[in-house]
This record gives sequence, C-alpha cells and structure tokens, in this order.
Amino acid sequence: MTILVYLIPVALLLGGLGLSGFLWALRSGQYEDLDGAAERILIDRDERPER
Amino acid sequence: MSCCAPGAETALDLASSISVLPSSQEVRLASRSLGGDLHQSDLSVPTVHCAACIQSIERALGKLDRVEAVRVNLSTKRVAIRWRGNEVPPFVAALGRLGYEAHLFEPETGEKDKTLSELIRAVGVAGFAAGNIMLLSMSVWSGAEGATRDLFHWVSALIAIPALAFAGGIYFRSAWNALRHGRMNMDVPIAVGVSLAYAMSLYETINHGDHAYFDASVSLLFFLLIGRTLDHVMRERARTAVNGLSRLAARGAIVLRDDGTRDYRPVGEIEPGMQLLIAAGERIPVDGKVIRGSSDLDCSLVSGESTPRTVATGETVQAGTHNLTGPLTVEATAAAKDSFLAEMVRLMEAAEGGRAHYRRIADRVSALYAPVVHLTAFLTFLGWMAATGDWHRAVTSAIAVLIITCPCALGLAVPIVQVVAARRLFESGVMVKDGSAMERLAAIDTAVFDKTGTLTLGQPRLVNASSVDPAMLAIAAEMAAHSRHPHSNAIATFAGFASQPKLEAVSEHPGFGIEATARGSTWRLGRRGWAGWKARTGGESRYGGTVLTKDGIIVASFVFKDALRPDARAAIEQLNNARVSVEMLSGDTGAACGEVATTLGIHHFVPALLPSGKVKYIESLAKDGHKVLMVGDGLNDTPALGAAHVSIAPATAADVGRKAADFVFLHESLSAVSLALDVSRKAGQLIRQNIAIAIVYNAIAVPIAILGQVTPLIAAIAMSASSLLVIGNASRLQGFVPDVPRRTAPPDSRSHTGTLTQPS
Repeated sequence: MTILVYLIPVALLLGGLGLSGFLWALRSGQYEDLDGAAERILIDRDERPER
Repeated sequence: MSCCAPGAETALDLASSISVLPSSQEVRLASRSLGGDLHQSDLSVPTVHCAACIQSIERALGKLDRVEAVRVNLSTKRVAIRWRGNEVPPFVAALGRLGYEAHLFEPETGEKDKTLSELIRAVGVAGFAAGNIMLLSMSVWSGAEGATRDLFHWVSALIAIPALAFAGGIYFRSAWNALRHGRMNMDVPIAVGVSLAYAMSLYETINHGDHAYFDASVSLLFFLLIGRTLDHVMRERARTAVNGLSRLAARGAIVLRDDGTRDYRPVGEIEPGMQLLIAAGERIPVDGKVIRGSSDLDCSLVSGESTPRTVATGETVQAGTHNLTGPLTVEATAAAKDSFLAEMVRLMEAAEGGRAHYRRIADRVSALYAPVVHLTAFLTFLGWMAATGDWHRAVTSAIAVLIITCPCALGLAVPIVQVVAARRLFESGVMVKDGSAMERLAAIDTAVFDKTGTLTLGQPRLVNASSVDPAMLAIAAEMAAHSRHPHSNAIATFAGFASQPKLEAVSEHPGFGIEATARGSTWRLGRRGWAGWKARTGGESRYGGTVLTKDGIIVASFVFKDALRPDARAAIEQLNNARVSVEMLSGDTGAACGEVATTLGIHHFVPALLPSGKVKYIESLAKDGHKVLMVGDGLNDTPALGAAHVSIAPATAADVGRKAADFVFLHESLSAVSLALDVSRKAGQLIRQNIAIAIVYNAIAVPIAILGQVTPLIAAIAMSASSLLVIGNASRLQGFVPDVPRRTAPPDSRSHTGTLTQPS
C-alpha cells in the first residue's frame, strides 16, 4: 500500500495541472471567441498582416 | 459581401437601410483610452461571419495609418481596434469600402462578464474535485478497507474543501441572501444538503466510519453549476446580440458657439439655449426649436406616425426624431435629462409591470419543496430516536434523507429546459434576455400590438409600381437614389429596369422633393403642389401625393403605403388559435389604424393614444386579471413595454425599447412572436414534466433513505440517473417544430456545436 503514498499525489498533481491549464486558458481569453477560433484555422499564416 | 455564399447572412440585415454610419467624433467619444495616446474602439459589425471576412477586415484595417492592432471577434460580431494619436483613423469608412457596415454600441458594464468567468472557473474547480473524489470513492466502493479507506476519505475531504469554498460559495451566498429577505429559493435546500453531507462525512472519517458522501456533495455542485453556467451563457449571448444592434439615439451633436466655432459635445453636456447643427441623416439629440433650415423628420419611432413631418424655421422638434433631407440649425429647449426620451424612461420606471412581482417557477416549487424535505428529515431523526435511541443512527439517516432529496434534478429541471428553448429561439433570430421571460410569456392571454414599426415595417412601400410607365419609374428611381426620404427609398428600389437619360444638377429641396435636369428639361420628384407647378389639379391625396413632373407637367404619380410586416396576418391568426386575444394600440390616426386592423383581422384597437394612455390601457387590462404581452418598437411604446407582463420588441426598435423588452427579434417577419409563444408554452410544459420526474424520483428514493438503507453508492447512482433523465427530457425541445407556417428562413450556415450551449 506504500505505492499509494506517491500515486495519489501524482494523480492529484496531474489533475491539478489540467485544472490550472484550463484556468490559464480562461484568463488569457481563449474562450472569448469560440466561433472565430474555429474559422481562423482556415486563414493562411503567410498572408496574415504583421501585427 | 463578396466573400460569402448568398443566404449565409442570417440576421441583423434588417436595420441596415435606416441606420447611419457613426461620425468620427462619435467614434472618438466612444473610444476608451488605454494610457498614453493609445485608444481602443469597439465596433459592432453584424455582417461578419466567416474566415474570409475576418481576414479581409483585419488586413485592411491593419494597413491604415496609426492603427496598432485589429482583432475581430466572430462570436460577438465585433471588431476591436487599437489606434494612436488624436485623430480617429478612418476605419469606419474602410469597413464601408469592404462592404461591412459598422456601428457603435452601448458599452457593457464589466459586471456580467465577471459573473460568467466566476461561474466557468467554479465549474472547472468543481469538475476537478468531482472527478478525483469519484475515483477515490470508486475504490472504496470496490472494497478498500481499513487504513486505505480512511486515507481515501481524508484525501477526498481535502479535495472537497476548495470545491465547497469556491464553487459552493455561489450557492451559499444566494441561499443566505434569500433567507435574509425571508424568501425561499432552490439554493437553500442545496446549500443545506451539501454542507450537512460534508459535515457528516467528515465526522465519519474522523471516527473511521464506512460511509462518506464527499462525492455526492461535490458532484451535486458540479452538475448544478453546469446548468447554471449554460443558462448564463445563453442569456449573455442574447444580450450581446441585442447590444450589438446599431444605436439609434444620437450620442452627441455639433454645437455652434457664439464666436462661430463648432465642436462636438456629448448629449449629456448639451444645455438649453445652445445652437446645434443637425445634418441630414442624423438624429435630433434633444428637444428644440428650428432656427434655420427646413427638412423632413421621420417621427415614426417617437409618435408612431408613419408619414414624415415637414419642419421649417420656428417649429419644434422632438428628441429621437430622424432628420431626413436637409440640414437644420436647432436651438435646444431642454437638456437631455428633461427631453422626451428621458420622460419616456421615467414613465417606464413608474409603470412597474407584473414582472417585478413575478416569482419564478423554481422559487415557487422550492418554497413548497424545502419545508417538506426538511420536515421529513427531522421526522426521520425523531422516528429513529424513538425506535432505537441510537442518536448516531438517527442523525445519519436524517442526513441521508437530506442528501438524497438534495434537489439536483429539481435544480436542473428549469434552467436546462430554458437553455434549450432559448437556443432554439436564438437560432430563429429571437433573443431571450431574461430567464423568467419565457415563463411569463407562456402565461399570457392578451397580446397588445403597436401599429407603426411593429405590425407594419414603419417604412412606406410603393404600391402602384405596376401602373407607372417603366421609363418614368426608372427616372424617378434614379432621382430618388439621391435622397434619404422614406418615399425616395421606396422608389429607389425600382432602379435599373430601363435605360434612362443621364441626370445633371440633382438637388434636394427639403420639405418638397428632388429636382434634376436631363436633356434640357427640368424634372421634379416630390410634392404635387411643388413639382407640378403647371398642373391645376391641387389637393393632396392621403399618402402625400408624390408625383414626377417634366417641366412642371405631371408624368407619373406614386402611391405609398406602410407595408405590413411579412407573416403579420399568419402570426395574428396563430395567436388567436392559441387563445390569445389580440388588440392594437397606436398613436396614429383612427383611419390608418382601422385599415391595418381590418387587413389583419384585429377586432379591437385604440387609435391616437399618448404614451401614458398606452400604459393606462395595459394597466387596466392587468387590473381585470389579464396577463398582457406588449409588442412595440417606438419610444412612445417604451413605458407600455415596461408596464406589460412580458414584452417583445423588434430589432428596429428604439434603444430604450430594446433594452426594456424581454424578447428582441431580429428578422423582419412577425412570426417571431407566435414562435416565441409556442416555444415558451412547450418549455413550460417540459418544465412541469421535469418537476414531476424529480418528485417521482424523490417519492421512490426517500423511503429508502428514511429506512437508513442509503449508501453513498446508491446516492451517487440515484442522483446522476435523475439528472440525466431531466436533461434528456429537456433536449426533446431541440427538435421541436412549432406549427407556425414559417417562411423559409435562411439556413444557419455556422454550426454552434463548438459553444458551451449543448448539454452533455
């Protein structure tokens, strides 16, 4: 059962990573334009103006 | 729009003909400073809808001088532009050249966005906690024992703390708020159930007990938060779409100073006595008196009159009217806060409608539900005490009752149906701004319509085009293209059917018409008395008597009529079939109303009403026990919209009207009203079914809990099963096709599946 001592923290850490990734994505505005994100993959990068 | 397939433009194309591009002063006034000389302007661009649109806008605007960054948001159909310097770069014109019409919109307060991000964050935290605790619980249920089980319980207890504090906080605050005001809402039993489940599980864990309900308390929060978030997202989308509609009220005006200088002032700074320059195409910002110039004013939004009014020096003008043909110099006679618009807002606030006293279905149910549940739990406790005297057993069973009855299904029953219904309406171009609006709409028995702009389009249509000589019609259309007058717009739509002589020296005479020369003769299009100066017919017919003349001799005359909205008659019939009595209130003359009423089969109408008269009429209906739906668009309808039980406004309505209404429909067709009623009634039915399902579930589960036979496993299965049942029942509304004879609506080319609105 000693395996639990590090398996549980590892499991929680991975879950926590996922959660913090989600919160980061939320904070950086990636959920603000879901329709736009879906369409933007059709735009060629080379043609994009320098911004 | 060159880049997109025809038919791809779904909504919002209706108001285009009457909206006015914002001037650069207006854009500057609406921009936000980002520090230094950096500014950000947000424009609403309703017609953007594909990758090519995004690309062409971002590339073209990015090339403009002093523009730092451009970002199109396709979901909200907005473009954010960051620019430097004092002068506004000409991005509105650049957008216009690309074929996109841009306008400013009412800036939102940041508050609502904060709620949404708090909800999404809470869903994230609760989801993380629920997933991990469920994993640990699974191993307990499959046989972990002794020290391992205790360890798992302790870890679960730790994970649950942030979830309860962060995600549960939303419910605790709402429950506390309700209790403090002596009310009861669904959040009260939720908060009690969740916190008691956690407390008992902690006690069990400390005493090495078998059963802990950490998973139940956290996954309950997770499910409920999903429902609440979807509800919020849906309403936010509707609100964004409504906010993105072009603003019809003036934001400011050019003030002419005594020393001859001109500067642009926002409406709030205009004081009585100031002289304002109002160009053709602008709206009058405050009440005033004309001191120079003459023009035609479109008063349809203000008074409900469909025919434009001619004004000349010395006449008074009302705030909110639209200056159509000539420039005016107006002396302000009232500040914005005393003008007609502000008066309407005050009337609306005074006329507090049924909605203020309306209690949501969920709240009414929980007011009955919570006491019953809490009483059952208490009786269970007493029963076990009396039977066994074992207080631990008694407390455990009582709390098990609370956990099993914690209204997961009941908490989802209402919002999930409303999310699906609102989404269904959203796709048909009807925006639902308030969750309770659908509940209120389902209960109506009387529908009151405004005439101008609601039953009709508020814009005249040429009705005798077929009897006019095509060559003359072509010349008239060519001339009419130079004017903003609604009659001209109606004629101009017939352009291009025949070749015509080239027009020279086109000039507009405000209040009279348009004059042009072609091949040496003078053509005039306008009032009979002015254009046909050689004719001796005199007398103007009812719809203005607009004629086309060649050297003063009448060659064609035009008859206009305020066209009915498409499907108006069908929508009224639908309402009648749905046992809703239809009435019409208007500020227009009795003759004009009678004609519309006869065409549409409306038996009861009241003409020539003042705004306060409409409110009084609706209030008297309400006093007789009727639940009234008000459909209206004008400024003069706004108080009535506020007074009614529930209200609907078209997208072309005045700004305050759109803000006051519970529903806003974007398409021209009036079938939106009967569709909204149909969907709302169907939703009401599904909500009642869902509540019945939740109660049946409780009727089965509660006896098991009272007998003390509920284990955490049974609780988890029962809860998820009932929630899934409720969600599945709600999604039946998605395929619901109302029995309205719908015109072929343009297919929605974009898929919405990427958004958060699909319950899973």
